[in-house]
Amino acid sequence: MRQAALILMVLTLVALPASAVAQDCPKTTLGDIEDEVMCPVCGTPLGLASESPQAQDERAYIQDLIDKCRSKDQVKQALVAEYGKNVLALPGDQGDDDLGDVLVYVIPALGILLAAAGIAFAVVRWRRHETQPRALAGTEGARLDDDMERYDL
Amino acid sequence: MRRALSPAPIAIVCVLLALIALLAYGLAQNEPDRGVDEALARGERSAAPAFELPKLGGGGSASLADYRGQVVVLNFWASWCKPCRDESPLLERWHRRIRDRGATVLGVDILDVTGRAQDFIDEYGLTYPMLKDKDGEGLDKFGVVAYPETFVIDRQGRIAAVARGPVDDAFMRRNVMPLLERS
Repeated sequence: MRQAALILMVLTLVALPASAVAQDCPKTTLGDIEDEVMCPVCGTPLGLASESPQAQDERAYIQDLIDKCRSKDQVKQALVAEYGKNVLALPGDQGDDDLGDVLVYVIPALGILLAAAGIAFAVVRWRRHETQPRALAGTEGARLDDDMERYDL
Repeated sequence: MRRALSPAPIAIVCVLLALIALLAYGLAQNEPDRGVDEALARGERSAAPAFELPKLGGGGSASLADYRGQVVVLNFWASWCKPCRDESPLLERWHRRIRDRGATVLGVDILDVTGRAQDFIDEYGLTYPMLKDKDGEGLDKFGVVAYPETFVIDRQGRIAAVARGPVDDAFMRRNVMPLLERS
């Protein structure tokens, strides 16, 4: 009986660290990473890349690393080692093009602001145009005056 | 009399035009360089772009200048590329055929995982030198858009022929053999 309890205790001690490791893995998912890295040959983020052989190969490589319990940062580092810095899709990830990183955010914001300004400008002009009384053409105005006098209104 | 436009719409139009110009510039930047093809069509040989890349299996780097004086069959490939698989045995056969005549096939593995490239080399028993272009430097310099692509470079370091796609025996006979005979 004591032997059985001892064996059980040893088995529990051996199994605990293994289950702890299993709970820690995987540390990330393919879906979490593929929007943040490029498919270098396709020229698009991997998440948007088609089922091209290169994209499939890159996904398989990432999945291998995930299965080996690599974190997202570790996977990205491994991708940079294989494909260079251009594999990183997020502005700022590459760390060597500050102006480009800023422009990525500034240009769309500028476009949205301009579109809003254009719409606002058009709406203001349209409303101003609508509220102003429309001047009648010379002959129409004279005829209206004649009608008003005739009917004594 | 025409009414003068107010500054606000003019400014908006100017900025929109600037954004469109920026977009057009970006698209133009992505166009592949076809200077090599145009030179060959005129019957001219342009100098091959210089590059230095790490050797695929490690052990330092090599440049195209290291092969000056040799005829180089420069082949861009990747392990995931199906036509590259079909082409590799032919390139290996030709490498064995020309290597004692002052010529070599030089493989450049582009945008590929090193382990898979190594498996590819082992699978096909490729013995010609291999370089690794991890970030696609060669894509821009040689205007590579498809895989595989092969450039035949003469002993003076000029591009004598290009195949945008897999090569075959006829291409190699037509473009490599004459360069060997002129040595």
